[in-house]
Amino acid sequence: MWAIFRKETTTLLNSLVAYLAIIVFLTFIGVFLWVIPSTSIESYGYADLDTLFYLAPLAFMLLIPAITMRLFAEEKKDGTIELLLTKPISDWDIILGKFFASGAIVVVAVIPTLIYYGSVYYLGKPVGNIDSAAVFSSYVGLLLMGLVFVSIGLFASVMSLNQVVSFILALSISYVWYKGLNDLSAVSSWTSQAFLLQYISLDYHYIALSKGVVDFRNVFYFLTVIGLMLGLTKLKLGSRHW
Amino acid sequence: MSIEVSHLVKQYGKQQAVSDISFIAPKGIITGFLGPNGAGKSTTMKIATGYIPPTSGTVFVNGTDVAQYPLEVKRQVGYLPEHNPLYVDMFVFEYLQFIGHLYQWKGEVLTKRIAEMIEVCGLTLEQNKKIGALSKGYRQRVGLAQALLPNPSVLILDEPTTGLDPNQIVEIRQLIASIAENKTVILSTHIMQEVQALCQQVVIINRGTIVANDTVSALKQGKLNNRILRIQLVSEVSSDVWLQLPFVSQVQSFAFAVYELTIQADTDVRSEVFQFCAQHQWTILEMKEEERSLETIFRELTQQGIR
Repeated sequence: MWAIFRKETTTLLNSLVAYLAIIVFLTFIGVFLWVIPSTSIESYGYADLDTLFYLAPLAFMLLIPAITMRLFAEEKKDGTIELLLTKPISDWDIILGKFFASGAIVVVAVIPTLIYYGSVYYLGKPVGNIDSAAVFSSYVGLLLMGLVFVSIGLFASVMSLNQVVSFILALSISYVWYKGLNDLSAVSSWTSQAFLLQYISLDYHYIALSKGVVDFRNVFYFLTVIGLMLGLTKLKLGSRHW
Repeated sequence: MSIEVSHLVKQYGKQQAVSDISFIAPKGIITGFLGPNGAGKSTTMKIATGYIPPTSGTVFVNGTDVAQYPLEVKRQVGYLPEHNPLYVDMFVFEYLQFIGHLYQWKGEVLTKRIAEMIEVCGLTLEQNKKIGALSKGYRQRVGLAQALLPNPSVLILDEPTTGLDPNQIVEIRQLIASIAENKTVILSTHIMQEVQALCQQVVIINRGTIVANDTVSALKQGKLNNRILRIQLVSEVSSDVWLQLPFVSQVQSFAFAVYELTIQADTDVRSEVFQFCAQHQWTILEMKEEERSLETIFRELTQQGIR
């Protein structure tokens, strides 16, 4: 697994895509957090990072599929997947290696936003007047959300030879799971299932985590979703044996 | 220490790519796996390397069943897939290092081994280039270096010389011949000269079934009592007249006054043919017994299916 992890991280860092994604992510968040009046902290006047934690998943939803779309699609198109699958490594080595490599990029993208936390911490009056527990648990939620999107992207990538198809598929699944289920729960004929729909949506658990308590049930939910997507990826990758 | 294919069947939907083939590729020699395009060569090799499973039947690599213990087999096999897939964004050294890591090779030992492979495969001048910047011949060397890196006891090479220029083909062949000692090598190709130049044993496959499995020399001698005599006369004669000769079973005419007689006899019949022509007062410009090359054998064995 580490061989794949190492190779994928090097490839990602040698390509422009990862840097571009990280730069776009940080610029996007930074501009909305500090410059645009309707969302910026200064005009809002409260020492919190809600804007960050509201916007970051949206940015992830767009940018993570751009990083993950090539992971399997490219290997399948170039035939290098045959090379990997005839080496003495298991399917899980390949999947987890790719998953953690992309996950590492997500972590790298998130780390610089700690500066915003520092800034708000010192801007607060009195200094340190920020709900640090909420920020911490929100970070946990954000990272888990990022990893969920990575696992969805990995699954979308294994489904197609075409990177664009993978991208669109990943984006669609991510959106429906994150926000779409929530929107569907508002459809009047589904009122009886409304709570269930909300409960299985990513947003529900993400908001729950942002409240300042790292609830095991929410973490477990995210890990389950990741496990499910990776399991489906394994299923598709292993389908050559059918 | 060998590859043993036993009653292998591979079905793709309704199409049978490989139907019940069995052969053994012994250790220490190069086995040529020959057949026209789409005969089932690559399918067989993909099954032998554990990439896809057989519908039924088994492949044993060094006595281990591939389908049952894929990881164990993969550790002993070096594989060059058809079309030689490579990571074009990686540097040659970096790529070989990655392959080494996949086989759990590490550190000093790996670095030394990579240097050795770069040397053996003639990549010294190209080792600091990106694979994408290499010419086809050098990419093929990288593919071979990759297959050889873990020092496998079994080498499976799927069309290792396709798309190379004649010089490169010779070089790659020399390379394969030089590393084949003490290894089991299966090499697929549809080029006859390659088999003649490299292989001791040849398995010919057509439409998923084995049509010949023999040593190269035995195959060439095998059908000697079915020879072809090529005669050119000054003027045209009726083809049927040749059939008056008792040993001529078939006559074909390809060009003006050129005849190919299929001779069924163990002895040299050229003097009889000469006498026969003299009787009819035909002037012979040329008479030649065609040497049966592997090429003709291959064509004979594999063409029935296509026509």
